Amino acid sequence: MIEPTRMSAVELINQMSAGHLSAEEVTRAYIDRIDRLDRSVKSFLLFDPESALTVARSIDQKRRNGEHLGPLAGVPIALKDNLCTPGLPTTCGSRMLQNFRPPYEATVIRKLREADAVFIGKTNMDEFAMGSSTENSAYGATCNPWDLERIPGGSSGGSAASVAADFAPLSIGSDTGGSIRQPAALCGIVGLKPTYGRVSRYGLIAFASSLDQIGPFAHDLADTSLLLQVISGHDPHDATSVDSPVPDYLATLEKPPERLRIGLVREFFSEGLDPEIEAAVREAVRLYVGAGATVKDVSLPHSKYGTAAYYIVAPAECSSNLARYDGTIFGHRAADWSPRTPEEAEIPPLIRMMMASRAEGFGAEVKRRIMLGTFALSAGYADQYYNQALKVRRLIRNDFDAAFADVDVLIGPTTPTAAFKLGEKAADPLAMYLSDIYTITTNLAGIPGLSIPCGLTKSGLPIGLQLMAPAFAEENLLRTARVFERQTDWHTRRPSLA
Amino acid sequence: MDYTIIIGLEIHVQLQTESKMFSASGTAFGLPPNTQTDPVSLGLPGTLPVMNRKAFDLALKTAMALGATISRFTKWDRKNYYYPDLPKNYQISQYDLPFSLGGSLDIPAQKEGSGGGQCRLTRVHLEEDTGKLTHGVGGWSEVDLNRAGIPLLEIVSEPDIRNAADARACLEELRLTLIYLGVSDCEMQEGSLRCDANVNLHIQKDGKTIATPIVEIKNLNSFRSVERALEYEAERQYAKWQKDGLTIKDAFKETRGWSDPEGITKPQRQKETAADYRYFPEPDLVPVVVDDAWLDRVRATIGELPGPRRKRFETEFGLTPYDANVLVEQGQDVADYFETLAKTAGDAKLASNWIQQDVMRILSERKLKLAEFPIKIEVLGDLLRRVHIKALSTHQGREVLAKLLESDESLEQIIEAGGYGVISDRNALSKVIEEMIAANPKAMEDLKGGKKKPDAVKGFLRGQVMKATGGKADPSLVGDLLDERLANVQD
Repeated sequence: MIEPTRMSAVELINQMSAGHLSAEEVTRAYIDRIDRLDRSVKSFLLFDPESALTVARSIDQKRRNGEHLGPLAGVPIALKDNLCTPGLPTTCGSRMLQNFRPPYEATVIRKLREADAVFIGKTNMDEFAMGSSTENSAYGATCNPWDLERIPGGSSGGSAASVAADFAPLSIGSDTGGSIRQPAALCGIVGLKPTYGRVSRYGLIAFASSLDQIGPFAHDLADTSLLLQVISGHDPHDATSVDSPVPDYLATLEKPPERLRIGLVREFFSEGLDPEIEAAVREAVRLYVGAGATVKDVSLPHSKYGTAAYYIVAPAECSSNLARYDGTIFGHRAADWSPRTPEEAEIPPLIRMMMASRAEGFGAEVKRRIMLGTFALSAGYADQYYNQALKVRRLIRNDFDAAFADVDVLIGPTTPTAAFKLGEKAADPLAMYLSDIYTITTNLAGIPGLSIPCGLTKSGLPIGLQLMAPAFAEENLLRTARVFERQTDWHTRRPSLA
Repeated sequence: MDYTIIIGLEIHVQLQTESKMFSASGTAFGLPPNTQTDPVSLGLPGTLPVMNRKAFDLALKTAMALGATISRFTKWDRKNYYYPDLPKNYQISQYDLPFSLGGSLDIPAQKEGSGGGQCRLTRVHLEEDTGKLTHGVGGWSEVDLNRAGIPLLEIVSEPDIRNAADARACLEELRLTLIYLGVSDCEMQEGSLRCDANVNLHIQKDGKTIATPIVEIKNLNSFRSVERALEYEAERQYAKWQKDGLTIKDAFKETRGWSDPEGITKPQRQKETAADYRYFPEPDLVPVVVDDAWLDRVRATIGELPGPRRKRFETEFGLTPYDANVLVEQGQDVADYFETLAKTAGDAKLASNWIQQDVMRILSERKLKLAEFPIKIEVLGDLLRRVHIKALSTHQGREVLAKLLESDESLEQIIEAGGYGVISDRNALSKVIEEMIAANPKAMEDLKGGKKKPDAVKGFLRGQVMKATGGKADPSLVGDLLDERLANVQD
């Protein structure tokens, strides 16, 4: 029998139900691997082997008792640290929430717990999910398991790295502008951003509420389908979650799509795209043609405004969402807020306390976005910026609607380049923002986007293929991706960590 | 002093719901601090608001009753500002698409007949209430979030009101309407009804109208303080204008707080520029689409409002405007009680008098609610019916009522045991009158000699007759008979 840590979640479930493995053995195998190797990857902010083993043993007990077990019984899972886990630190990668232990449970966490998943730890992330490299974490960067000198992507870099490094077969991330798909691509795994409203956001600490969506990471599409199924569905605690039935994604995964009409987004093959990535994507397209797909060039003419619109809408919402962290009720409170200048002496102490707490609690990128968003919403500027961005957003949505009139799935690269070096773009926020150039538009449109591994660069770095589908067409999206996965072995490749 | 006072009101009403506007925690008043809270109303990271449809129903009901136009598409917006009574540092409110536009408030005329009319509404919107700060505990302030998230209706009026008494009357009428609608308990002391007033003067001078700077008065904790503060503020603004001549063009709107003990307004934080709340659509909530079925369902829950009810009490029951108003003003339970009692007694005026004089007095003496009134309405109605048909005199009726309150005996038993009844037999009463005249010869002598006026003699003899009959004689019949009898004597 192969190592449990090399098995997929589906295989683990089969082995455990057949009695070949216990949940405790599985969990212990992953714990051992994390103990040995996470020192170099640094994917976890919270690693709690004892609790994980306790849960694993209770699942084994339930199995022995013949009790009903959930669909993820005994499968270890890593959780992004912006999901509220009752009683456990939930830091959002920020100093601001260093001591925050939520007294309530995120809906996704509840669903996973009820599915009998084993929480193995909470993963590193860019502070408040703002970033594309996980370097913006207040607790240090995470490294890419394929090359420890490189970034794993972000903001869900810890979750992606933990699966890529086989620290867990499954993990959960959140995606506001590409924060699942971009790290999935850079870490050589599968990452799915579901349709906005497919998964409840209740208990996900908000970055940009109209764009945030929780989604799964896994090595392959079967595991992705299984996890998506568990976390999806309407939630009365989230008014933006949609009350539409959740298909059995895993059951239909092997059924070939009824139609295979693929669109190539012209704008995604332009300047800035690394030739190696383009070649890998073109190769994938050839494979689809070989599988009988019709391929058509489509245009999303307004996508060139996507990044600009995104960097108005997301910061605007974040400036409001993060306003509550002022040291009064939530968040880090500065120890000293005495005035440092004669001007500050004129400011009421309460305001000085808020200013000092926010100055200390937030990192540079978060502050940059709060300022951007505050400006974009200010009287006299809102029409020029925020309202203009909303118009662009509508146009982008219309672009997608038009494109999906003729094709079922859009295909392109997930990222313009493979994983870059730690520190390479840290001083250049604009260059960093462009790593999400192909992923941002799906968030603006609310549609699902999937990244699957489709190759390795010459230097051995993973390449991601992005597939997009109309809202709530995850089932067809996964089945279309499966056509590629079935004929390739990229998803079986692993980095050599030792 | 030739000026007009221009007044507009901004009224906040807490809606009476079981749970908060966007979360499940309770809304009871007066509980220990921070016990009426939940993760959402505390604004805990990661929580999301979900609209309370009951609150929206009540808001629709109110706006429809005020004759407003209901928007078929409405949305929520965030109003961003930093203040510790606002746990998220933004308030979920409505900005450019409020659920209701227009409508009006009735201003009842003053008792002496002045004032009255209507005050147009600009808009009504729904939002969440903020928490409450208590200052000065050892130099610190304490935050109580029990109130945070309670559904709050903001009613903004046009500057249509022209005097302080009308402002008060308008607010009192709104309160009565809201109580009739059952949407709020409207306790100004507890803060479930709050009012800010915007006021300035239009001064006539040399054929021109000069507007003084607008002042927003806050901290108006009673209807009386609304009236007093506006009266004070008008005088203050006039005196100030006489001194500095500043007009609306020379100064920003000023916020002043009313100090009830001192009877003056004092400057509060000065808004030097218009505050920038950075409004934007609340992304955590979906817009609300109101369809015909929803409106119909809510409309069906609106009962008769105070205005129409007063009118009906005048036309259908023949009450005076004063009596109709007193009964309607007491609230729906009293007005309903009146209608039932009037029908049982067969005499609306009598029912109205007895409610105002007896029922209300007994309730206040015994500190009871109307529903707890010890005598069943059918029994009281029966008693009044007997007074109405003169089977009992008014005086006897009151005695019987007192006995009903004290004993367990039935109405019949009390009347029988007390020998209550009215003698309205002409011959029998004439006979008593003759006996009394015979027994009191001085009365007739005084009348004949012009020593006493006929009315005085009549009153004296009537007293004697009532005494002789143990109070049972029909007083008006006795009066008539005495008039006839004494008229003969004078001739």
